[in-house]
Amino acid sequence: MMNRFLRVFGRAVAGLAARIAVPIVLVVPLLAGLVVPSAIWASEADIKLEAAPIDVRDAVSLQSGARTFVNYCLNCHSASLMRYNRLRDIGLTEQQIKDNLMFTADKIGEMMTIAMTRKDASDWFGPAPDLSLIARSRGADWLWSYFRGFYRDPSSATGWNNTVFQGVGMPHVLWQLQGDRVLKHEVVKDSTGREVKDGHGNIMKTVKFESVTPGALSPVEYDTVVRDLVNFMTWMAEPNQVLRKQVGIWVIFFLAILVALSYALYKEFWKDVH
Amino acid sequence: MAATEKHPITGAGPFNGILTWVDERFPLMATLKGHLTEYYAPKNFNFWYYFGSLALLVLVLQIATGIFLTMNYKPDANLAFASVEYIMRDVSWGWLIRYMHSTGASAFFVCVYLHMFRGLLYGSYRKPRELLWIFGMLIFLCLMAEAFFGYLLPWGQMSYWGAQVIVNLFAAIPFIGPDLAIWIRGDYVVSDATLNRFFAFHVIAIPFVLAGLVAAHLLALHEVGSNNPDGIEIKKHKDPKTGIPLDGIPFHPYYTVKDIFGVAVFMFVFAVIVFFAPEFGGYFLEYNNFVAADPLRTPQHIAPVWYFTPYYSILRSITINFFWVDAKVWGVIAMGVSTMIFFLLPWLDRSPAKSIRNRGPIYKGALAVFVVCFFILGYLGTQAVSEGKTLVAQICTVIYFLFFVLMPWYSTIDKCKPEPERVSK
Repeated sequence: MMNRFLRVFGRAVAGLAARIAVPIVLVVPLLAGLVVPSAIWASEADIKLEAAPIDVRDAVSLQSGARTFVNYCLNCHSASLMRYNRLRDIGLTEQQIKDNLMFTADKIGEMMTIAMTRKDASDWFGPAPDLSLIARSRGADWLWSYFRGFYRDPSSATGWNNTVFQGVGMPHVLWQLQGDRVLKHEVVKDSTGREVKDGHGNIMKTVKFESVTPGALSPVEYDTVVRDLVNFMTWMAEPNQVLRKQVGIWVIFFLAILVALSYALYKEFWKDVH
Repeated sequence: MAATEKHPITGAGPFNGILTWVDERFPLMATLKGHLTEYYAPKNFNFWYYFGSLALLVLVLQIATGIFLTMNYKPDANLAFASVEYIMRDVSWGWLIRYMHSTGASAFFVCVYLHMFRGLLYGSYRKPRELLWIFGMLIFLCLMAEAFFGYLLPWGQMSYWGAQVIVNLFAAIPFIGPDLAIWIRGDYVVSDATLNRFFAFHVIAIPFVLAGLVAAHLLALHEVGSNNPDGIEIKKHKDPKTGIPLDGIPFHPYYTVKDIFGVAVFMFVFAVIVFFAPEFGGYFLEYNNFVAADPLRTPQHIAPVWYFTPYYSILRSITINFFWVDAKVWGVIAMGVSTMIFFLLPWLDRSPAKSIRNRGPIYKGALAVFVVCFFILGYLGTQAVSEGKTLVAQICTVIYFLFFVLMPWYSTIDKCKPEPERVSK
C-alpha cells in the first residue's frame, strides 16, 4: 500500500517535471543538431560534449533502446552485471524479453553476457569493454556525442574515426542507419577576415560533418535511435535510479517534518536557559 | 563516581525494580549522571559545536551500513567489482545501504574537518585539553587509514590505481622502501592478496581501534569539560552551594535536544545527497571507479578522493631534490608531516587567549590564510599537474607549514583582548 502510494506520488512529481523539462531537453538539442551540425573546438583533444536529451522514465524510449542495444551492441560487448529479467522494470513482460531480446541466454535470470571471451576479443581486435556501467564512467553526454561523432577515415584500421574518441577501435556499427559521413575542417575567421586563435595559440577551426551517402534513417530518426540507446544505457548503469529519486522525495519530506519538530522541541527546552 | 551512595531508583514506573537491581550491580545511575544528566557543558555552544555529535552519528552509520555491505561483498579480486554491483542491483535496498556508506565516508570527513576547525577557532586544544586533542588527532589518522583501505574494496580503476600510488609512496623510503611496499601489498603489485588484507583492516582492525579512541576522546572530554566559543573555563565560577558551574547546563536534556535538531538537519542534507546526487559530481564516487580494476591499463589521471587531495597536493608540490635525497622522498615526508603537525598545536600556540573572539588580528589573518590555502591545495589535488598549478601548490604548501612553524612567534606578539569572566549569551 505504502509502496504504491509512494510510487504514485513520485510519478506525479516526476511526471510534472518531465512534462515541462523533457520537451525542452529533447527538442532543443535535436533542433540545434539539425540547424547547426557543427561544433567549434580548439583542438581535437578537447571536445565539447553535447547534453544528451535523455529521460530514464520514458519506458517507450528505453524499450526501443534495449532493442538497439541487444541487436547492435550485445555481440561484441557484454553487459555482464545486468540481468535480462531486470528489463521488466522498463515495462516488458518476461515473454516479450524471451521472444525479442534473449538470443544468447536460456534463462530469464541470466546476465547479459556474450560468448566471446575478453581474451579472444583482445587477440582479435582489441578489448571491447563491458557496457553495464559505461554510462556512469563515460557519462550520457559522452555516449550521445560519441554515437553522433563517427566519420569515414581511410587512414584508420576500420575505416572509421570518431570526433570524441580519436583512433577508436570500434567501427561505426550503426553506419547503415546513419550513412557515410566525412569530416570537413574550416578555419574560423573574424569579421576582418583574420584567423581566430584560441587561448593556446592554435588556429580555431569549425568541424562539420558532410554526408557522402545517406543512411537508412533521416538525421532526426537516427538521433532518436541514438537517444533511445543512450537512454537505455544510462538506465542500465543504475536500474534503481528512478526508484531512488521517488523514495528520496518521501525521505526528505519526512526529514523536513523531523527538522521542524526537533527545532520546536529544542526551543521549548531551551526557554529556561536564556 | 563510585563513592556516591546508592538509592533505590524511583520514577521509572514498572521498571523501578529491574533498574534498582541493575544499579546495585553496575554503575548505571553514576554513569548516566556523570556523562549526561550531571555533566555540565557551557551554555554558549554555537553552530560549530554540532559536529562532534554528528561525527559520532556518522561513525555509527558507517558501522551499521558496513555490516550489511559485508554480508554481500566478496573480497576477491575476481568477484569484488561485480559483488558491489550485485549490492547495487539485486540486494534489496542494497543501493541505499551502499550510497549511505559511500556518502557517509565523505560526510565523516566533512564533520571531522569542521570539528577540527572549531578547535582552531576556539583554542579547544589548549591546556588542559592537550590529550583530548591528541586522541582526536589519532581518530583523524585512523579515519584516513580506514578511508584508504575502504577505497580499494570496490576494486574499480581508481580504487586500484589510487592504492598503487599510495603504497608506492612507501617504496620511496630509503633502504627499506621497496621491501616495505611488497610487505604492505603482500605481492609485487596491488592484487588479490592486497584486497584481502585491506578488507581485514577496513572491517575489523581499524574500526576496533577507532571505537576505542572515540571512547577515550569522550572520557577525556568529560574529565576536563568542554571548551566554548569564549574560550574560558566555566569551572572557575561555581555556585558555592551546589558546586555547579554557573555558566554550565546539564548535557541532558539541553544538549541532547539541541543535537537531535542538528542530527535532523544533517540527515536532511545527507538524504538529499544520497537520493539525488550520490556521485556528487564525481567527488564522492569517482566516475572512473565504475570501470573494473585493470592492472594493465593505467588511467591518464589518478586523483584521490577529495578528503585526501590537500595532502596529495603537498606531496606533489615537492619537486626538488635536497641533500642528494630524491624529491619523492621529501614529498612523502612533507605529506606525512602535514597531517601529523596538528599534534603539536597545543604546544605551538602561545597566545594568552584561547578563543578567536579574544585574539588579535594576526591569528585571525593567519587562520584565514591557512584555510584558503587548505582549500586551494584541496582543489589542486583533484587536477592534473601543470607548471602553474605546481607553483601555486608550492606557495600554498609553504604557507601551510608556516602557519604552524611561526605560530610560537606570531601567537605571542598578537594583541589579545582580556578574556571575559563569564560566557556571553
